[in-house]
Amino acid sequence: MNDQTVLQMNHIMKIYGNGVVANEDVSLELRKSEIHALLGENGAGKSTLMKVLFGIEAPDQGEIILKGNPVSIKSPQDAISKGIGMVHQHFMLVPSLTVAENIILGVAPKKGLFIDMDKAVEAASSIAKEYNFDIDVKQKVEDIPVGIKQKVEILKALYRGAEILILDEPTAVLTPQETDELFVQLLKLREKGHTIIFISHKLDEIKKICNRATIMRNGKSMGTYEVENITTQEMSRLMVGHEVSLQFEKEEQKLTDEVFLKVRNLTINNSQGVMKVDNLSFDLKGGEILGIAGVEGNGQTELIDTLTGLNKKYKGEILVKGKDIQNSSVKDIREMKLAHIPEDRMTSGCAKDLSIQENLFSNQYKDGKFSGRFMMKKKAIEKRSDELIKEYIIKCKSRKQNVGMLSGGNIQKVIVAREFSTQPDIIIANQPTRGIDVGAAAFIRKRLLEFRDAGCAVILISADLTEIFALSDRLAVMYKGKFAGFFTDVEKVTEDELGQHMLGIKRDDVLEGVTYD
Amino acid sequence: MWSAILSPDFFSTILRSTTPILFATLASSIASKSGITNMALEGIMLFSALFGVIFSSLTSSAWMGLIITMVIGGLIGLILAFFVLNLKTDEILAAIAINLTATGGTVLIMVAFSGDRGVSSSIKSISAPEVVIPLVKDIPFLGEVLSGQNILTWIAIIAVILLHLFLYKTPLGLAIRAVGENKDAAESVGISSRKIQYIALVLSGVLASMGGFFLSGGYMNMFTKDMSGGRGFIALAAASMGGNTPVGSLLVSLLFGIAQAFANIMQLTSMIPYEIVLMVPYLATLVGLAIFYYGQKKKKERLSGK
Repeated sequence: MNDQTVLQMNHIMKIYGNGVVANEDVSLELRKSEIHALLGENGAGKSTLMKVLFGIEAPDQGEIILKGNPVSIKSPQDAISKGIGMVHQHFMLVPSLTVAENIILGVAPKKGLFIDMDKAVEAASSIAKEYNFDIDVKQKVEDIPVGIKQKVEILKALYRGAEILILDEPTAVLTPQETDELFVQLLKLREKGHTIIFISHKLDEIKKICNRATIMRNGKSMGTYEVENITTQEMSRLMVGHEVSLQFEKEEQKLTDEVFLKVRNLTINNSQGVMKVDNLSFDLKGGEILGIAGVEGNGQTELIDTLTGLNKKYKGEILVKGKDIQNSSVKDIREMKLAHIPEDRMTSGCAKDLSIQENLFSNQYKDGKFSGRFMMKKKAIEKRSDELIKEYIIKCKSRKQNVGMLSGGNIQKVIVAREFSTQPDIIIANQPTRGIDVGAAAFIRKRLLEFRDAGCAVILISADLTEIFALSDRLAVMYKGKFAGFFTDVEKVTEDELGQHMLGIKRDDVLEGVTYD
Repeated sequence: MWSAILSPDFFSTILRSTTPILFATLASSIASKSGITNMALEGIMLFSALFGVIFSSLTSSAWMGLIITMVIGGLIGLILAFFVLNLKTDEILAAIAINLTATGGTVLIMVAFSGDRGVSSSIKSISAPEVVIPLVKDIPFLGEVLSGQNILTWIAIIAVILLHLFLYKTPLGLAIRAVGENKDAAESVGISSRKIQYIALVLSGVLASMGGFFLSGGYMNMFTKDMSGGRGFIALAAASMGGNTPVGSLLVSLLFGIAQAFANIMQLTSMIPYEIVLMVPYLATLVGLAIFYYGQKKKKERLSGK
């Protein structure tokens, strides 16, 4: 406690309905006139903590003390009325309305029955002027660039009297120039006595403008530090370190001669035209696991979507067992014995309103073993389903139960069973154990190793560094669409080193062992 | 045929044919602006056409009949809103239920009141009055077109102006547009999207009911089975083409009014079979939608940089 303290969150605990502990005994103290960084990887619990502060989620335990008084914040409106504003990553703006209209939405000044538009424009421009925001408030939001939209969001919060401003990864969508401009503005806000919570995992930005930083990992707070007294190396260690290492028996590696997957100069732009994968090349042989680590959003999703044929817009070359897949459909690629465990099991992994059996066969229902000319072979399918349920220890009432009724771990097992049951040569596993129980995770990891030992090529993308370290034969770190680091001897890699590559502090220009040429 | 098209009668018919579609199009616009497709317009119009006849007869007053019909229209909008917003029914399914209820229900009620299952001619209904405008009526041509129109035609045009002011100048209108475009944004500043959508659907029902009332108490002087004739559906297309704005609604409705007026003239003058002539307004909808959405697609492609 400090006489400058404006807000305290003490011992916040939040457990979601599915049993995920998002916040465990987290405390945060905010002072007047400070920019306070909230630092952590995706899934570390930053967003949950802010949702609690902004009244979107109710904490299971803990208290919030605002200017010395305990308060309960029940809704975003409640938060706003208490002087807490939030700028979401996805802007909460109405595109066809003007800047002024967006700012006064819900609290419009009136003249008789009508909105007093003159007054609204005046109020909006005067608040913009007060904080030195150079914005034409009569422009429509759909016509202004992202950087200005963000300013509108900040003004919206200020217009409603926000003293504490939560910025959720504000620089993620900005160009470097816009970022600089935002920082100038944030420093001005600080001068005027506002408190800013700056959520980020970009260490250089935190170094640049933040006073203090609270670092989170796995739902816990790793402490609050004065930014000038902590190095970026220390921050990255606190952020990405892991507690226990996993032990797996790994057999001697037996690499195939054939290169199963060959990627050359792969460049992918997303639908907004932003380059997500930048001239990437690598090879993969049978009998090895290539681990790809990296902070989310550095091109992993785009890379996987392209390798599996979901995205067709790319430059460069992808050869699956020597065959260019530019004109191959997802089905063609799967017939080349490539299996894919998707990142998001609920949206692209399964059909949650179909039964376990139907999900298990969604990738092979046309196979002659299970389908005749017109009708599916019910008996064969039922028999195989029961076998798979047993083999993969899927806990369920029967094969007819809907997948959506199962727990996360068992849903993931259904997907893994489906993908592995086709005897693949290449497995692309994207976050295969995220958010599932320890037992199911261990089972899936063991299976991946078995496939490796049997001569299968595996790409493993995971946010769980313990898993990456334990399973990978070669290890790549993705940063801004490139491999910022590449390691052929995983045992020699330290966590520190990995963390620095993940956060872009260290970037290797020459990568050894990426290809087999 | 040309003499028929250039006659004041033709232009007068355009205004008359536009009126019910305009009401329905405005009704569709306001619902769409709040983010809900009101496909129940057809049913609301059909009910309103019947209740207009019944209540103007029972109260011996066109105005009382109109007011009661508007209340009923608002209530049907309320029922739709309840299904969609509280019970989370699919908005299309809820609307289909209302439309089917209207098709069967209006015949049932008509039989009960008049004993006839086709037309309501035995009910002595009172139509809304026609407006003779002094001075204007003496202007050649224009006078014949403008003077003598049903008062509801003028109310429809006034409704365009009022709705425009409502949507673009009042806080509630701003809230409706915000909810329809970005519900989360509206909710994040404390606007209850449910409340706003309730209001929009009730207003939509009231507007549609005025169009329905006009059909049996202005356009014609009785109720006939299925007399809404798909206008509620045409209105959905028209509103979409008009960008769901009141002024756009007026312009597109006029196009449909012209198509309808043509159909009327062709019935009298041309050699084309009657059945084909009756298709004209619906064909116009199809062609209109095709042209409109082709244009939209091209525009989108151009904006996204080829």
